[in-house]
Amino acid sequence: MNFAVLQFPASNCDQDAVHVLKNVLGHGASLVWHKDLSLGNVEGVVIPGGFSYGDHLRTGAIARLSPIMQAVQQFAANGGMVLGICNGFQILCEAGLLPGALIRNRSLQFRCEHVYLKAATTRSGFTRAIPAGQLLRVPIAHGEGCYFADESTIKTLQAKDQILFQYATAEGQLTDESNPNGSLLNIAGICNERRNVAGLMPHPERASEGLMGSTDGRLIFESWLQELAERSRPLAV
Amino acid sequence: MTEPAITPELVLKHGLTPDEFERIKTILGRCPNYTELGIFSVMWSEHCSYKNTRPLLKGFPTKSEKILVGAGEENAGIIDIGDGLAIAFKIESHNHPSAVEPFQGAATGVGGIIRDIFTMGARPICALNSLRFGELSSAEVRRLFSGVVSGIAHYGNCFGIPTIAGEIYFDKSYEGNPLVNVFCLGVLRHEQIARGAAHGIGNPVFYVGPATGRDGLAGAAFASQDLTEESAEQQRGAVQVGDPFMEKLVMEACLELLATGAVAGIQDMGAAGLTCSTCETAARAGTGIEIDLSKVPQRAPNMTPYEIMLSESQERMLIIVKKGREAEVQTIFDKWDLPWAEVGFVTDTGQMVVKNHGELIVDIPAKKLADEAPIYHRESREPAYLEAVRRFTLQSIADTTAPAHDLKNLLGWPSIASKNWVYRQYDHMVRNGSVVCPGSDAAIVCIKEDSLPVLPDGSFGPKFKEKFIALAVDCNAVYVYLDPYEGGKIAVAECARNLACSGAVPLGTTDNLNFGNPHNPEIFYQLRKSVEGLAEGCRAFNAPVTGGNVSLYNQNPNGPIDPTPTVAMVGLIDDPAHITTQWFKEEGDIIVLLGEVIDDKDALLGLGGSAYLQRVHGLKTGTPPRLNLVTEKQLHDGVRALIAAGLVKSAHDCSDGGLAVALAECCISQQIARETPRLIGATIDLTALQSLRLDALLFGETQGRIIISVHPTNLAAAQAEALRLGVAFRELGTVGGDQLTIRSGGSNLSARLTELHDIWWNAIGRAMQ
Repeated sequence: MNFAVLQFPASNCDQDAVHVLKNVLGHGASLVWHKDLSLGNVEGVVIPGGFSYGDHLRTGAIARLSPIMQAVQQFAANGGMVLGICNGFQILCEAGLLPGALIRNRSLQFRCEHVYLKAATTRSGFTRAIPAGQLLRVPIAHGEGCYFADESTIKTLQAKDQILFQYATAEGQLTDESNPNGSLLNIAGICNERRNVAGLMPHPERASEGLMGSTDGRLIFESWLQELAERSRPLAV
Repeated sequence: MTEPAITPELVLKHGLTPDEFERIKTILGRCPNYTELGIFSVMWSEHCSYKNTRPLLKGFPTKSEKILVGAGEENAGIIDIGDGLAIAFKIESHNHPSAVEPFQGAATGVGGIIRDIFTMGARPICALNSLRFGELSSAEVRRLFSGVVSGIAHYGNCFGIPTIAGEIYFDKSYEGNPLVNVFCLGVLRHEQIARGAAHGIGNPVFYVGPATGRDGLAGAAFASQDLTEESAEQQRGAVQVGDPFMEKLVMEACLELLATGAVAGIQDMGAAGLTCSTCETAARAGTGIEIDLSKVPQRAPNMTPYEIMLSESQERMLIIVKKGREAEVQTIFDKWDLPWAEVGFVTDTGQMVVKNHGELIVDIPAKKLADEAPIYHRESREPAYLEAVRRFTLQSIADTTAPAHDLKNLLGWPSIASKNWVYRQYDHMVRNGSVVCPGSDAAIVCIKEDSLPVLPDGSFGPKFKEKFIALAVDCNAVYVYLDPYEGGKIAVAECARNLACSGAVPLGTTDNLNFGNPHNPEIFYQLRKSVEGLAEGCRAFNAPVTGGNVSLYNQNPNGPIDPTPTVAMVGLIDDPAHITTQWFKEEGDIIVLLGEVIDDKDALLGLGGSAYLQRVHGLKTGTPPRLNLVTEKQLHDGVRALIAAGLVKSAHDCSDGGLAVALAECCISQQIARETPRLIGATIDLTALQSLRLDALLFGETQGRIIISVHPTNLAAAQAEALRLGVAFRELGTVGGDQLTIRSGGSNLSARLTELHDIWWNAIGRAMQ
């Protein structure tokens, strides 16, 4: 598979995403500059973490206006799979590709630590390879990761099974203490209704190699790869 | 606009002595004008010229076969790490700015040191910091502390560099005079080393990065005075304002430009901004330089030449471009939407010439300005307080009867307590190379292909086996205060010990000398003796100094800070299997002490200057423990050999708080995830040592000790190997259970790990609520 990893000014996790897709998972991945108009011939798009435009104005608010985002909108409209990580999640919300918003952490401080994630559904191309009941230990690193949306949006997310990940304790309980940023319903990641665009605040690319202390993040990439492989196979008649 | 007349008062206000002013007149053959006076004042400040410390710094070992760029040559030293790769690293202070405006002061400190690293052509891959504050019971200290931490977090996180290790002490001597020392390390290939020299007569000089404003006017000169209420208020304008977003773009653009080969020389505009970068690049190349200020991008209207030359606006770089290749600069900086301007050219005159709209403003011999600041051999006198320190004996102190209570007391002391409140605010994992995160003896970062700057073809170049860099920063300033020489040695030894415990061999050292006013002979004594100690230590561990920083005048009307020669050391681990962390791993493992339990030649048995004396008895006195460099080196070699032989499951150095605190840390310091520590107990038997004072046994800080844990089946092999290597080896106990129990014959110590962890983990967070 080939992936485009977008590079905005001050994307910081762009190389990390390329490294994991290429060197760890053995697929094609290349950086696409934000001023480009085309994504190239790719099966998936990663909007990586970082501080695009220095978080000026509001996280993701300026990046969504970059020329490449039109191509991303089109790619998603055609059913292409897009994953936003951290700042990528923020950009997808600003771009209207995902509902809701990410606001300042409840602590009003940046938080970098490992968290446990509970996959709220395995019925998505980003979670399908996660064994039932398995928690993922993955790091977060953000100052504005508190997921917020109005009541009706939250109800829709629940009704349509769009919540992908929730912050949990080591035992899988969704408690206030396990919630690092104050997100509603401990939400760490969601997808759109069509289930082809997903955003998450945790960094699966930082938990994909044994040396980094956890390989749980690979399950997210492996889910994606499974989904893409299935899609690219001609449907049996 | 008329410029002020040059009067003795004006000269004095610029921090220049009458003698220095005479020297300037001799160099110029005339009286300097206002702008020239400003230029000399910043270039001859301690911050830029090291005029008070240069003779001392000559005592540092600065050579090894691995050093590619040595101390003082360039903006940072560079060390070979094999396979054609190298690392550039340096530590620098931003103390005065942080005292005045903690958030921006600390943030721009981080920005400045990152620029020093990518100026060398290296890609910055990790940052550390060493911080000192007053006691957290003061609201003002809490304001400074949280401001500094959020400033570092803001800049480092946004720039995208992992802040991967650090150290913090809280002590009254830093009240009103916090220390903010920041360190950055970058990676490059040997052929990618860039130089800060204005080579090539006729080559154009480019200014890149944001426009120049009035911020940070003469910050270097400000940093070279005592802090007073008045100066702090007046100098708030001398604190720069940082923009990490801009720095990230400038760094990416500069590395991209360096790969083209179009650059003849490059230097950041840090302290003393345009002044320092122009005269130093010319001085290094033995050339001259001429710029016209009307071409310099300016943020504020009507800036005078004086202001433009002395501004310390952030994130700016000076680049000398090979003639004919100007278009490449333009293309790359336009791509990154960054301002750039061609402001001048390299000359053969040896002069630093500054014009404004063609009118000659400054004409100074560059080399004399950059390299010929006066040198002072300051008077040194042993401080009077040391006599009382040496008189202190243990007779006045009753032995402990409540060791568990004392242990909890120490674990909750902010200087010993977990620093998670701090490092959880730093992104310590970005760039995906943080193999050991903050919380163990040394941090470890992986060097992989994308750690490097790109080559001209856009690739990372030939493949190589991943390398592992270990980093630690240390300084127990109380020891230095109580015995400057021994304290200096210990600062280096502790750093080296931390590296050894992680499995690393030291490569080099960078130091940050934070002291009070050097005109005071007693302060200068502290400086002189501790530098001797540092130098001796660096020689013993084969960790030469590759550069550093001096920050003097750290004192306010309440007095000077404790002498704080901060040491950051970098080491290399070849095999990832040798990476070792401090926490116990498995129930049933045997706990062993490497090194002598106690130094029986030390009358204070390791309690002099100890955390125990300070915390439990409220005493900051006593001759600190002695450090024997020979046995210490043997210990480090020994633990590395045991690690390499696969015999060691954990290794932790014994430092602040002694054996009991170190053992507790082995039990409680592994953090799996948010709200999820891994606690693993230990039962220790010290009854064979019951003739010793219990406080000294448990909390004494005798040097040269490391706690390791080994699998029971490896115990005999480990003991034999230690014996062979001449390292004292003593079995202490067994890993397991949910308590830390230390039997000592007298009052046994027993404590539940959940309680110890809560005290240790949450102490700083609670103090900050």
